[in-house]
Amino acid sequence: MKYIIAIIKPSKLDTVREALMGIGVEGLTTSEVSGFGRQKGHTEIYRGAEYAISFVPKTKIEIAVGDDLADRVVETIRTEAGSDNIGDGKIFVYELADAIRIRTGERGEEAL
Amino acid sequence: MHYISRNLRAGSFLTLLVSLISIIPSDAFAADKLSEGNTAWIITATALVLFMTMPGLALFYGGLVRSKNVLSVLMQCFAICCVASIVWLVAGYSIAFGGGNAWWGGLSKAFLAGITTETLSGDIPENVFFMFQMTFAIITPGLIVGAYVERIKFGAVVLFSTLWLIFVYAPSTHWIWGGGFLADLSWLGASFKGYATMDFAGGLVVHANAAVAALVIAKVLGSRKGFPNELRPPHNPGLVMIGAAMLWVGWYGFNAGSALAANGSAGMAMTVTHISAATACLTWIIIEYVKFGKPSLVGIATGAIAGLATITPASGFVGPVGALVYGVASGVICFYMINVVKSKWNIDDSLDVFAVHGVGGMLGILLAAFFADTSLGGNGLPEGITMGTAFVGQLVATIITVVWAGIASYILLKITQAVIGLRVSADDEIEGLDITSHGERSYDL
Repeated sequence: MKYIIAIIKPSKLDTVREALMGIGVEGLTTSEVSGFGRQKGHTEIYRGAEYAISFVPKTKIEIAVGDDLADRVVETIRTEAGSDNIGDGKIFVYELADAIRIRTGERGEEAL
Repeated sequence: MHYISRNLRAGSFLTLLVSLISIIPSDAFAADKLSEGNTAWIITATALVLFMTMPGLALFYGGLVRSKNVLSVLMQCFAICCVASIVWLVAGYSIAFGGGNAWWGGLSKAFLAGITTETLSGDIPENVFFMFQMTFAIITPGLIVGAYVERIKFGAVVLFSTLWLIFVYAPSTHWIWGGGFLADLSWLGASFKGYATMDFAGGLVVHANAAVAALVIAKVLGSRKGFPNELRPPHNPGLVMIGAAMLWVGWYGFNAGSALAANGSAGMAMTVTHISAATACLTWIIIEYVKFGKPSLVGIATGAIAGLATITPASGFVGPVGALVYGVASGVICFYMINVVKSKWNIDDSLDVFAVHGVGGMLGILLAAFFADTSLGGNGLPEGITMGTAFVGQLVATIITVVWAGIASYILLKITQAVIGLRVSADDEIEGLDITSHGERSYDL
């Protein structure tokens, strides 16, 4: 199994979610994060004073999938969240040691 | 605001008097009778001015600070309202309006002694006048909050505000509105005979006093950690707008209520107040657009306050076209002054109390000398007073007010510092006042 973490632009969340559900992903977790990569922060001006905002808001999605689905998940995210601009984000793929469904106790791919 | 003193004499001519009364038209004695229309308006105005602090100013300031400090700002405004109310009853009202001498009203009206539900002040109940004035005594120390946010000790806020009301606000009110020595500047010279400082609703009494105290506190207290280059922006510009809008609406009570009557003078005060605010807003965002390319919500909200503060002392004296000038002048000058205080003087008057309220109030006071004249659309200067004379009179009153406010605020601040300390610890400041001073979190996200 694989655990996939993707940092994407917040505005892309809905299209990514729909596309992932379309290829058979049955669940995911999202959180609001901030960070920076090559897209540096920006400046905001309030009452004539400049404030350097070095972190950019992003959305993190986390998905646990079977090995057979993992590559398609990565490709789908790339397609839906990409825009050819810096700041589109990154995807990280981890090996997942185990997964358990809390209600029933099922383990492994059955729990996904 | 006008100080009216009457001596009613009962004596051996009572009978003659009674027969004379029947021939004199009843208008001549209107000042001794309760005016229901005026009373109703001033009761309403009192609510409007209280609304300016609770919650207008609280939200306006609250939105400008970081989220970890927003509750502390709301708390400071709320607590000042409570403390100022008690101080006003116990001593403040009497020191301001108790008669006394030219400097100090005395304590004859402490606890509203001798004032019943029938007692009048002019043609409204004195208890209504007392309450109306109380709301001014509430908002003035509330304005000072902007200077010391994000690092002040809560106890210091309470103690300083109490002392300040007694030794700065109430005396200053007495000098200008309570029949004190700035309410009749004849002592300046023959050409000033009959001239009263023109401060209709508090350019000096409220805004200049608060702003000078703010500057002194900001300097003595020291800057916030991270000033000037590593600060965080306003956490909720939306709250700032909501607060500013409440202040604008409440300001009708502040300025139009200061006419102490439901009449055309109040109506004109409301008009010029509104025009000045609207003009200042547009001026501010035009400047922002030219300088930074984007008009901002915090900017338009601040512009409104600048316009409102500046017209305050002149609201009973100038006309609508004068108000347009006030709006443009306040927008330009207050905008520029923010930078002067923070960058040139390097003083962390965090929410720009001096630049907006202080400079605005003083500007309004000085411009009134000109725009009160009928030639510039005003209601007219007093008989025998020229624009030049008026300007000198306004300037003298301004200097006296500002000097006293500065010296006294400094002394009271040092007393507060000795008794209770001024600033929270560096660790508390980093963690935020909401949790460290009040044990509460603003947003449970």
